[in-house]
Amino acid sequence: MNMQKEMPAVGAVKVYAAISGVVILLMMVFGLVMRMTQGQMLPIEPNVFYQLMTAHGIGMVAIAGLGGSAVMWHFLGKYVNLRAGFAWANLAFFLTGVVLVLGGIFLGGFAAAWTFLYPLPANGMGQWGKHAAAAYMGGVLLVGVGMLLFYLESARAIIQKYGSFARALGWHFLKSGQDAPPATVIASTVVTLINIIAILIGAVILTMMLVNLYVPEIAIHPLLAKNLIFLFGHVFINSTIYMAVIAVYEILPKYTGRPWNVYKPFVWAWSATCLMVLTVYPHHLLMDYAQPLWMHIMGQIVSYTSSLPVLALTLTATLGSIYRSNIKWDLTSALLVLSIFGWSAGVIPAVIDGTIAVNQVMHNTLWVPGHFHLYLLLGCVTMILAFTNWIANKEKAAGFSGLEKSMLWVFAISAFAYALMFLLSGQASVPRRWAVHLPEWLAYSQIASLFAAGVVISAMAIIVRAMGGIIRPARQA
Amino acid sequence: MYQQVAWIVSIVLIALLAIAFFYVVRHSRREGDGAAVAAATGRWRGRLLWGVTLLCIPVVAYTLTEMPYARQAIANLGAVEVQAKGYQWYWEISQTELPVGKPIEFQVTSADVNHGFAIYDTDMKIVTQTQAMPGVVNVLRHTFEQPGTYKILCLEYCGVAHHSMMTELHVVAQ
Repeated sequence: MNMQKEMPAVGAVKVYAAISGVVILLMMVFGLVMRMTQGQMLPIEPNVFYQLMTAHGIGMVAIAGLGGSAVMWHFLGKYVNLRAGFAWANLAFFLTGVVLVLGGIFLGGFAAAWTFLYPLPANGMGQWGKHAAAAYMGGVLLVGVGMLLFYLESARAIIQKYGSFARALGWHFLKSGQDAPPATVIASTVVTLINIIAILIGAVILTMMLVNLYVPEIAIHPLLAKNLIFLFGHVFINSTIYMAVIAVYEILPKYTGRPWNVYKPFVWAWSATCLMVLTVYPHHLLMDYAQPLWMHIMGQIVSYTSSLPVLALTLTATLGSIYRSNIKWDLTSALLVLSIFGWSAGVIPAVIDGTIAVNQVMHNTLWVPGHFHLYLLLGCVTMILAFTNWIANKEKAAGFSGLEKSMLWVFAISAFAYALMFLLSGQASVPRRWAVHLPEWLAYSQIASLFAAGVVISAMAIIVRAMGGIIRPARQA
Repeated sequence: MYQQVAWIVSIVLIALLAIAFFYVVRHSRREGDGAAVAAATGRWRGRLLWGVTLLCIPVVAYTLTEMPYARQAIANLGAVEVQAKGYQWYWEISQTELPVGKPIEFQVTSADVNHGFAIYDTDMKIVTQTQAMPGVVNVLRHTFEQPGTYKILCLEYCGVAHHSMMTELHVVAQ
């Protein structure tokens, strides 16, 4: 039932991976420019800074989604029958949406941050107009529609193969201990379920806000809008990691010779995650005192519990799979192991910030990008880079040149130190999303800029090398 | 205080994690008994899950007693009421000279978009905060223990001059 079909990466996956690599690099450059601006090393005006900030935020969320989709599509397609047309349709919606988003930002001046928190998009104070806001939000909506098609197709294919979501989640295995679905199918089913819900919620609030832009009389309660936005945003960005980690489940065993076995706690963990990731988002609203108390308490408790099951199992399984395995180290395997470190490390300050008493002095400081750069830059993006490198090498282990080792270490140290500088700034109460920093905060940004430059240079070397492998036609055997 | 605790705990735990990775990577070359490693992995998985669970339960229980909302539920006995309203891009605050050692009740809202109402002490460290949301009044109670000039900074991105949305509170001994 679970026989895996071995096949090389097909066109859509390669295009996804190539676009992901290029956009990730561009977003890293935006990040460098922003940190240099905060450190007064570049004379960028605040309106441009906030446009870059908006583009960096939505760009990274979208490309993490696209890169994660490439990983999921590629490996899920080995177990279920996915129709390539949906991958191309998703890409068409994605690219159309991106054009609208970029037009709204860089032509229309839209700069309400990627979270488009109501009612800021309609209150640009002369910096942008309602058409620019509509272009941005309409673009995000189109990207979401494409992703929804993608997940509806994966849902169809999973049900066609496994009969129900319950079987694809492995619930029958909990009873019988027989016929466990592959880890990839379990993770893909969870992502499919939670992201269909999240994208629909995102579509609802985006549509409501688009209507409000042109008919302001139809107002939305700001607290309701914030709940909907963060429910959508939190689930979507978490899903990017859950999709990208499939690369670890599928690729790492080829280096270690140890299969990624599915066992009962693994099934429990993913099913629990399905529920918890949908209920943890109130930790983004801990400083909205008008929010019901039970939601605050739920936000803190689920923050502690939601990350633990899947992460703890993936962390221990990763370490266990490489310990005394005679693993073949190359850039792909090294990036995969690094990504699990980044994800695990990032969860620590994230959970701490989910503590209400801590959030009271950390909320919206640079502590927040500190933790999410650990698990997105050093976690999710690193998983996507590993996957890109894997398909660039025709899905085989490769050599590990001195240059590659150097670039890997520069990337690992720079990305880690870059995130730590955010955390250090956060504990010093430096606010996030400030174009102009006070004199006493400049040193943090200046030092961080050095590490950001290290990230850009090393990632460029890794991505350019992978692009060459992806674009180069496959050699005939 | 919580800033330092968060930083130190994060660094210590991340360092332990890094040590675990370095140890395993250093011992990844030589091939060992796969079954024995799998059994050891299972034991470590159990230890990690139980250890983190046993650590987190008291931490969650204790920190939930430190919630700022609990203070909001206490009757407003003798608190100085201060209305704070955020605008793009300035604060309108009904009273900016406040007594030390006396509870202050900030009734925080916004006239336009979401803002963040964060109080910074004289060392430019956040002492407390809440959101300023249009159509909503968030009640924030705080007692200043030290006199001095405190700053209010906007911590929710609100447009192109977000970073200049600052004002001051003067806390004086009575």
